[in-house]
Amino acid sequence: MLLTRKAEFSASHVCRNPALGEDENRTLYGANANPHGHGHNYVLEVTIEGDPDPVTGMVFDLRELKEIIHAEVVDPMDHRFLNHEVPPFDRIVPTTENVALEIWKRLHARIELPNARLKNIRLYETADLYVDYGGEA
Amino acid sequence: MTLTRRYRFAASHRLNSDALTPEENARLYGKCNNPFGHGHDYVLDVSVEGAVNDTGQIVDRQALDTLVQERVLGRVDHRNLNCDLPELQSRVATTENQAFAIERMLAREWTLPARLARVRISETARNTFELETK
Repeated sequence: MLLTRKAEFSASHVCRNPALGEDENRTLYGANANPHGHGHNYVLEVTIEGDPDPVTGMVFDLRELKEIIHAEVVDPMDHRFLNHEVPPFDRIVPTTENVALEIWKRLHARIELPNARLKNIRLYETADLYVDYGGEA
Repeated sequence: MTLTRRYRFAASHRLNSDALTPEENARLYGKCNNPFGHGHDYVLDVSVEGAVNDTGQIVDRQALDTLVQERVLGRVDHRNLNCDLPELQSRVATTENQAFAIERMLAREWTLPARLARVRISETARNTFELETK
């Protein structure tokens, strides 16, 4: 069975690689390279796969899941400038893909029960763009 | 990793099968068989799959947008699909057949490094058709 919990956070970012020139950054990232940054209302969907525990009837305790998502993602990232305030984005370009990879890393270790595991995270940067990541190489 | 990008287009169509009589078409397709056609604001989700490259991306958004615009949106937006889309001339213009046609329009000369993974079309907010590509 799949269980999905949603969370939102609002953050600013800029997509620039300091090793590249202005023109190259502009070509690669378009308006996302504007030097002072811009923001999004990110929406995160965390999906866990597992069997309900025979005693509790739950795949994963939703209150605990909410606390994990807040501690690992929402509290450190909400109303922050990712490049300046949320490592590793001081040295990794915070594209939607890289933010999703970082969120997976943060959540994966904490969502591991004998009966349940992290299956997928979906990160919406806008309503028209999202990435799915399930831990694949 | 999979990246999904959402696009929109407005188009009209009419459901009518050459293999059926006018009465059978009217019965099967109901209002969708109206001879003058009707339209929708379609939502098209295109998913590409691949590894994150050294720019931190699976695919360049502008390159994906340009490809979808040139191959699909430029040909279907504000068009009558029955009249203006040769790919649907010999088929009923159902959203199922539109999904197959759009998948072929995209895949035929796919020039992006990430793999085309899925095409999903919503005819209205209530009807969605999804095609996994091989």
